[in-house]
Amino acid sequence: MSSAENNKELKNLLKQAVAPAQDSELRRDLWPQMLRKLEEAPAPAFHVPWFDWALAAVLCAVLVFFPGSIPALLYHL
Amino acid sequence: MELLERFASGDLEAFEALFRQHQKEVYSWVVRIVRDSGIAEDLTVETFWRIYKSRSRFDPAGNFRAWARRIATNAALDHLRHSRRETGLPDDLPCANDADPTIRRETRDRIRGAFQELPAKYRLVATLALIEEEPYNNIAEAAGISVALVKIRVFRAVRMLRKKLNSLGLEVSAK
Repeated sequence: MSSAENNKELKNLLKQAVAPAQDSELRRDLWPQMLRKLEEAPAPAFHVPWFDWALAAVLCAVLVFFPGSIPALLYHL
Repeated sequence: MELLERFASGDLEAFEALFRQHQKEVYSWVVRIVRDSGIAEDLTVETFWRIYKSRSRFDPAGNFRAWARRIATNAALDHLRHSRRETGLPDDLPCANDADPTIRRETRDRIRGAFQELPAKYRLVATLALIEEEPYNNIAEAAGISVALVKIRVFRAVRMLRKKLNSLGLEVSAK
Protein backbone atom coordinates (compact mmCIF):
# COMPACT_ATOMS: atom_id res chain seq x y z
CA MET A 1 0.00 0.00 0.00
CA SER A 2 1.42 3.43 -0.93
CA SER A 3 2.00 6.25 1.54
CA ALA A 4 -0.82 8.26 -0.05
CA GLU A 5 -3.22 5.34 0.36
CA ASN A 6 -2.10 4.93 3.97
CA ASN A 7 -2.82 8.58 4.62
CA LYS A 8 -6.20 8.30 2.93
CA GLU A 9 -7.07 5.30 5.10
CA LEU A 10 -6.11 7.17 8.27
CA LYS A 11 -7.95 10.28 7.11
CA ASN A 12 -11.10 8.24 6.52
CA LEU A 13 -10.81 6.64 9.96
CA LEU A 14 -10.34 10.07 11.50
CA LYS A 15 -13.32 11.51 9.70
CA GLN A 16 -15.43 8.58 10.89
CA ALA A 17 -14.44 9.38 14.46
CA VAL A 18 -14.51 13.17 14.32
CA ALA A 19 -17.02 14.60 11.89
CA PRO A 20 -16.32 17.92 10.18
CA ALA A 21 -18.08 20.80 11.93
CA GLN A 22 -21.49 20.93 10.23
CA ASP A 23 -23.04 23.79 12.17
CA SER A 24 -20.55 26.61 12.25
CA GLU A 25 -23.15 29.39 12.17
CA LEU A 26 -23.06 31.95 14.98
CA ARG A 27 -26.53 32.07 16.51
CA ARG A 28 -26.35 35.26 18.55
CA ASP A 29 -24.73 38.64 18.57
CA LEU A 30 -21.61 38.60 20.75
CA TRP A 31 -21.27 42.37 21.00
CA PRO A 32 -22.90 42.60 24.49
CA GLN A 33 -20.36 40.03 25.73
CA MET A 34 -17.56 42.00 24.07
CA LEU A 35 -18.74 45.23 25.63
CA ARG A 36 -18.80 43.58 29.07
CA LYS A 37 -15.22 42.43 28.59
CA LEU A 38 -14.15 45.90 27.53
CA GLU A 39 -15.80 47.42 30.60
CA GLU A 40 -14.36 44.83 32.98
CA ALA A 41 -10.85 45.23 31.64
CA PRO A 42 -8.57 46.72 34.28
CA ALA A 43 -7.32 50.22 33.66
CA PRO A 44 -3.72 50.23 32.52
CA ALA A 45 -1.52 50.10 35.60
CA PHE A 46 0.45 53.22 36.44
CA HIS A 47 3.95 52.28 35.48
CA VAL A 48 6.99 53.87 37.08
CA PRO A 49 10.30 53.17 35.32
CA TRP A 50 12.90 51.38 37.45
CA PHE A 51 15.30 54.28 37.02
CA ASP A 52 12.87 56.63 38.79
CA TRP A 53 12.64 54.22 41.73
CA ALA A 54 16.44 54.06 41.90
CA LEU A 55 16.67 57.86 41.84
CA ALA A 56 14.11 58.16 44.63
CA ALA A 57 16.01 55.57 46.71
CA VAL A 58 19.30 57.47 46.26
CA LEU A 59 17.62 60.73 47.25
CA CYS A 60 16.11 59.16 50.39
CA ALA A 61 19.52 57.70 51.33
CA VAL A 62 21.17 61.10 50.91
CA LEU A 63 18.51 62.76 53.07
CA VAL A 64 18.83 60.12 55.80
CA PHE A 65 22.62 59.98 55.94
CA PHE A 66 23.27 63.67 55.26
CA PRO A 67 20.41 65.61 56.89
CA GLY A 68 22.43 68.77 56.42
CA SER A 69 21.67 68.58 52.73
CA ILE A 70 17.93 69.13 53.31
CA PRO A 71 18.12 72.96 53.44
CA ALA A 72 20.29 72.97 50.30
CA LEU A 73 17.78 70.73 48.55
CA LEU A 74 14.88 72.93 49.60
CA TYR A 75 16.78 76.00 48.45
CA HIS A 76 17.21 74.49 44.97
CA LEU A 77 13.59 73.34 44.63
CA MET B 1 -11.68 58.99 7.91
CA GLU B 2 -11.92 55.36 6.85
CA LEU B 3 -13.30 52.73 9.23
CA LEU B 4 -9.95 50.96 9.64
CA GLU B 5 -8.16 54.22 10.30
CA ARG B 6 -10.72 55.17 12.93
CA PHE B 7 -10.36 51.73 14.51
CA ALA B 8 -6.56 52.01 14.59
CA SER B 9 -6.84 55.38 16.30
CA GLY B 10 -9.00 53.86 19.04
CA ASP B 11 -12.55 54.76 17.94
CA LEU B 12 -14.90 52.38 19.80
CA GLU B 13 -17.71 52.83 17.27
CA ALA B 14 -15.39 51.79 14.46
CA PHE B 15 -14.37 48.75 16.52
CA GLU B 16 -18.04 47.86 17.04
CA ALA B 17 -18.68 48.12 13.30
CA LEU B 18 -15.73 45.82 12.57
CA PHE B 19 -16.83 43.44 15.30
CA ARG B 20 -20.31 43.17 13.81
CA GLN B 21 -18.88 42.70 10.31
CA HIS B 22 -16.45 39.95 11.22
CA GLN B 23 -17.79 38.14 14.31
CA LYS B 24 -19.58 35.42 12.29
CA GLU B 25 -16.55 34.67 10.21
CA VAL B 26 -14.20 34.56 13.20
CA TYR B 27 -16.63 32.32 15.10
CA SER B 28 -17.07 29.88 12.22
CA TRP B 29 -13.29 29.61 11.83
CA VAL B 30 -12.70 29.05 15.55
CA VAL B 31 -15.53 26.54 16.01
CA ARG B 32 -13.99 24.38 13.30
CA ILE B 33 -10.80 24.22 15.36
CA VAL B 34 -12.15 23.84 18.89
CA ARG B 35 -15.40 22.05 17.92
CA ASP B 36 -17.43 23.45 20.81
CA SER B 37 -19.87 26.32 20.27
CA GLY B 38 -19.60 27.77 23.81
CA ILE B 39 -15.81 27.77 23.75
CA ALA B 40 -15.84 29.19 20.22
CA GLU B 41 -18.02 32.10 21.38
CA ASP B 42 -15.63 32.86 24.24
CA LEU B 43 -12.66 32.63 21.89
CA THR B 44 -14.36 34.94 19.40
CA VAL B 45 -14.69 37.56 22.12
CA GLU B 46 -11.10 36.88 23.24
CA THR B 47 -9.94 37.30 19.62
CA PHE B 48 -11.60 40.71 19.33
CA TRP B 49 -10.24 41.68 22.74
CA ARG B 50 -6.72 40.95 21.46
CA ILE B 51 -7.55 42.85 18.27
CA TYR B 52 -8.71 45.85 20.29
CA LYS B 53 -5.62 45.79 22.51
CA SER B 54 -3.26 45.72 19.54
CA ARG B 55 -5.19 48.23 17.41
CA SER B 56 -2.30 50.68 17.40
CA ARG B 57 -0.11 48.09 15.68
CA PHE B 58 -2.64 47.51 12.89
CA ASP B 59 -1.85 49.08 9.53
CA PRO B 60 -5.13 50.55 8.18
CA ALA B 61 -3.92 49.75 4.66
CA GLY B 62 -3.66 46.08 5.65
CA ASN B 63 -6.13 43.22 5.43
CA PHE B 64 -8.25 43.23 8.60
CA ARG B 65 -9.91 39.91 7.78
CA ALA B 66 -6.59 38.07 7.45
CA TRP B 67 -5.25 39.76 10.59
CA ALA B 68 -8.35 38.81 12.56
CA ARG B 69 -8.15 35.22 11.35
CA ARG B 70 -4.53 34.95 12.42
CA ILE B 71 -5.30 36.30 15.87
CA ALA B 72 -8.28 33.92 16.11
CA THR B 73 -6.05 30.99 15.15
CA ASN B 74 -3.55 31.95 17.86
CA ALA B 75 -6.34 32.25 20.43
CA ALA B 76 -7.66 28.82 19.43
CA LEU B 77 -4.15 27.38 19.58
CA ASP B 78 -3.65 28.80 23.08
CA HIS B 79 -6.92 27.19 24.08
CA LEU B 80 -5.86 23.80 22.65
CA ARG B 81 -2.54 24.08 24.50
CA HIS B 82 -4.15 24.79 27.87
CA SER B 83 -7.16 22.52 27.60
CA ARG B 84 -5.56 19.40 26.15
CA ARG B 85 -5.21 17.65 29.47
CA GLU B 86 -8.39 19.04 30.97
CA THR B 87 -11.11 18.62 28.40
CA GLY B 88 -10.12 17.66 24.88
CA LEU B 89 -12.88 17.01 22.43
CA PRO B 90 -16.41 17.24 23.84
CA ASP B 91 -18.03 13.88 24.62
CA ASP B 92 -21.12 14.62 22.59
CA LEU B 93 -19.15 15.42 19.49
CA PRO B 94 -21.08 14.00 16.53
CA CYS B 95 -19.60 11.26 14.43
CA ALA B 96 -19.90 11.47 10.68
CA ASN B 97 -23.44 10.89 9.41
CA ASP B 98 -22.17 8.33 6.96
CA ALA B 99 -20.09 6.60 9.64
CA ASP B 100 -19.05 3.16 8.59
CA PRO B 101 -21.11 0.72 10.73
CA THR B 102 -18.24 -1.74 10.71
CA ILE B 103 -16.15 0.77 12.67
CA ARG B 104 -17.34 0.28 16.21
CA ARG B 105 -18.00 3.04 18.67
CA GLU B 106 -15.11 1.87 20.82
CA THR B 107 -12.77 2.17 17.86
CA ARG B 108 -14.01 5.66 17.12
CA ASP B 109 -13.50 6.63 20.77
CA ARG B 110 -9.92 5.35 20.61
CA ILE B 111 -9.24 7.33 17.47
CA ARG B 112 -10.69 10.47 19.05
CA GLY B 113 -8.66 9.86 22.20
CA ALA B 114 -5.47 9.44 20.21
CA PHE B 115 -6.27 12.56 18.20
CA GLN B 116 -6.78 14.72 21.26
CA GLU B 117 -3.45 13.52 22.63
CA LEU B 118 -1.65 15.17 19.72
CA PRO B 119 0.32 18.31 20.63
CA ALA B 120 -1.77 21.43 20.01
CA LYS B 121 0.11 22.75 16.98
CA TYR B 122 -0.24 19.38 15.21
CA ARG B 123 -3.87 19.01 16.24
CA LEU B 124 -4.62 22.44 14.83
CA VAL B 125 -3.27 21.71 11.35
CA ALA B 126 -4.57 18.12 11.37
CA THR B 127 -8.09 19.29 12.26
CA LEU B 128 -8.12 21.89 9.53
CA ALA B 129 -6.35 19.85 6.87
CA LEU B 130 -7.62 16.32 7.44
CA ILE B 131 -11.07 16.79 8.95
CA GLU B 132 -12.18 20.16 7.61
CA GLU B 133 -10.25 19.74 4.33
CA GLU B 134 -9.14 23.36 4.38
CA PRO B 135 -6.56 24.19 1.67
CA TYR B 136 -2.99 24.25 2.96
CA ASN B 137 -2.42 27.85 1.90
CA ASN B 138 -5.40 29.03 3.99
CA ILE B 139 -4.07 27.15 7.01
CA ALA B 140 -0.60 28.58 6.45
CA GLU B 141 -1.92 32.13 6.23
CA ALA B 142 -4.09 31.74 9.33
CA ALA B 143 -1.35 30.12 11.40
CA GLY B 144 1.36 32.50 10.19
CA ILE B 145 3.58 29.69 8.90
CA SER B 146 4.67 28.52 5.46
CA VAL B 147 2.73 26.01 3.35
CA ALA B 148 5.76 23.72 3.57
CA LEU B 149 5.58 23.80 7.37
CA VAL B 150 1.86 23.02 7.27
CA LYS B 151 2.62 19.96 5.13
CA ILE B 152 5.36 18.88 7.53
CA ARG B 153 3.04 19.24 10.53
CA VAL B 154 0.26 17.28 8.80
CA PHE B 155 2.77 14.56 7.92
CA ARG B 156 4.05 14.40 11.50
CA ALA B 157 0.53 14.44 12.92
CA VAL B 158 -0.43 11.50 10.72
CA ARG B 159 2.70 9.64 11.77
CA MET B 160 2.09 10.30 15.47
CA LEU B 161 -1.54 9.32 15.17
CA ARG B 162 -0.71 6.10 13.35
CA LYS B 163 1.86 5.22 16.00
CA LYS B 164 -0.58 5.89 18.81
CA LEU B 165 -3.34 3.87 17.17
CA ASN B 166 -1.00 0.97 16.52
CA SER B 167 0.09 1.03 20.16
CA LEU B 168 -3.59 0.91 21.14
CA GLY B 169 -3.97 -2.25 19.09
CA LEU B 170 -5.65 -0.64 16.10
CA GLU B 171 -3.95 -1.81 12.96
CA VAL B 172 -3.36 1.15 10.69
CA SER B 173 -1.01 0.37 7.86
CA ALA B 174 2.33 2.08 8.12
CA LYS B 175 4.74 2.66 5.35
